[in-house]
Amino acid sequence: MSIFPEINLFGLFSQLLVGMINGSFYALLSLGLAIIFGLLRIINFAQGAFYMLGAFGAWLSLQFLGLNYWWALLLVPVGVGLLGTLLERTLIRRISGEGELYSLLLTFGVALIVQGLFSKWFGVSGLPYQVPELLQGGIRLPVMYLPTYRVWILLLSLGVCLAAWLLIERTRLGSYLRAGTENPQLMKAFGINVPLIVTLTYSFGVALAGLAGVLAAPVYSVSPLMGSNILIVVFAIVVIGSMGSIGGAILTGLGMGVIEGLTKYFYPEASATVIFLVMVLVLIFKPAGLFARAA
Amino acid sequence: MNKRTLYCALVVLALLAPLAVYPVFLMKVLCFGLFACAFNLLLGFGGLLSFGHAAFLGTGAYVTGYAMSTWGLTPEIGLLVGTLASAALGLVYGALAVRREGIYFAMVTLALAQLMFFVYLQAPFTGGEDGLQGIPRGQLLGVVDLQSNMAMYYLVLAIFSGGFLLIHRTIHSPFGQVLKAIRDNEARAISLGYQVDRYKLLVFVISAALAGLAGATKTLVFQLASLNDVHWLMSGEVVLMTLVGGMGTFLGPLVGAGVLVSVEHALSSGTLGAYVHVAMGMIFVLCVLLFRRGIVGEFPHLVSKLAKGIRRRLPMR
Repeated sequence: MSIFPEINLFGLFSQLLVGMINGSFYALLSLGLAIIFGLLRIINFAQGAFYMLGAFGAWLSLQFLGLNYWWALLLVPVGVGLLGTLLERTLIRRISGEGELYSLLLTFGVALIVQGLFSKWFGVSGLPYQVPELLQGGIRLPVMYLPTYRVWILLLSLGVCLAAWLLIERTRLGSYLRAGTENPQLMKAFGINVPLIVTLTYSFGVALAGLAGVLAAPVYSVSPLMGSNILIVVFAIVVIGSMGSIGGAILTGLGMGVIEGLTKYFYPEASATVIFLVMVLVLIFKPAGLFARAA
Repeated sequence: MNKRTLYCALVVLALLAPLAVYPVFLMKVLCFGLFACAFNLLLGFGGLLSFGHAAFLGTGAYVTGYAMSTWGLTPEIGLLVGTLASAALGLVYGALAVRREGIYFAMVTLALAQLMFFVYLQAPFTGGEDGLQGIPRGQLLGVVDLQSNMAMYYLVLAIFSGGFLLIHRTIHSPFGQVLKAIRDNEARAISLGYQVDRYKLLVFVISAALAGLAGATKTLVFQLASLNDVHWLMSGEVVLMTLVGGMGTFLGPLVGAGVLVSVEHALSSGTLGAYVHVAMGMIFVLCVLLFRRGIVGEFPHLVSKLAKGIRRRLPMR
């Protein structure tokens, strides 16, 4: 009898850790969405596809180029960012300023194409990707087993989120970005190359998704459907937090991951739906979102 | 007057069509056509993009399927129950979604629909991954045996026409005029004293009910309700049908449904089956970039262009 609380605690902490890992992915993805939305005023439906491309980038570069995890972590987000540049310059730019509806539909179409092609090429059952040797194993704490790789995900994504926040709030480039969010016309009048900033912003937001994809590859199996499943949850998260604030997007992402983890422990049947239910509650009690700026 | 002739011709065509074309194909087009018309009522005339309309199609499909196979209800009552269930869900979802605007409205509806997807995946009465199968078609009003595809076709045609007329009537009513005003300039509609949220909610419920009716009818035709009906891809598909056919036109959604069902049919019979989603994505991109008015919306422009061309060629009198 006395052993029960200990086992429970073990399970609880494990689920909490899983929740925080998921929360890191949510945070990276919703941060990217929020940055892109801030300047371009579009919802990037292809964000999930770029996350999937990140994971596949890691897998493909190991299979065909022999590049290990660390190279992938460095190069794949850059590659995904460049794909974003291509997409922004060729398609998204053409419909800028024509309303959020069309950009949503355009990026949805792109997401369908990418997901469809990868499903055809690689099947939908998912491919395995090894945890890098350096990060294998784990630490045994009194209350739980702490796999090294999961700690790494948590630390790295928190670091990246913090760096992105500093970049936007504390640097000159970030001040351009914030000014562009407020008034792009005036920025142009000051002689700042707004189209370039737009491209950079989109590529950066998309690269964050690519990074999340590389991080996710060893934890989840690499599958063409991984992007669309997570994206709908991330949409609910940006509705909950509102995309007005960068810090808000990060905090909501992490927080929702933790809530999901707790639900998995206490009432597993609802773990797939709990974030949507939180969204319903937020819509009822604070419809503008938790971190909405006063209008 | 011109329009009346067109509609009369279409009705005659629809009545004769099953003599020439496989009725099950026609019924599929009509079911998705009604679904797309319901969606278009919301997007084309109300300016509200719901990215979760599959929730209503699926609710109609599952509730009717369950009511008919388990409770043994007759088809007319079964259709009614499915439609009402969908309308009730529309009332709840609509009340939540109208609290946010624009892009957030789309995301809220998508997330709510995904909630419904998990409900139907996990609920004990929906058959999980298999869905509900072998749902009986039954006898309409205890007289007409729907097992015959011809009888079923005329029922589906009647349901579609009823839904279509309801939408037509709604748009041309004072309610519909206010709706268009809200779509075109919400701030002005508010300043004129209209409670826009109520209008949005009502049109949302009508649209959800008709989408549910489409799903219920589809269940009757194919004797099947499955997770495909509530999947987010289905929500995307109905957007695409409306976009291809012509947003904000009356016949556009039906034409769009016809085009997309045909494309899927053509692809799935060959080796290209795996590329259905790729094709859908490409049509999306092309429509947004080049073809926003859709087939029906583009038609008058083409006609006037042609007429101009012909007039130019004619010798001066």
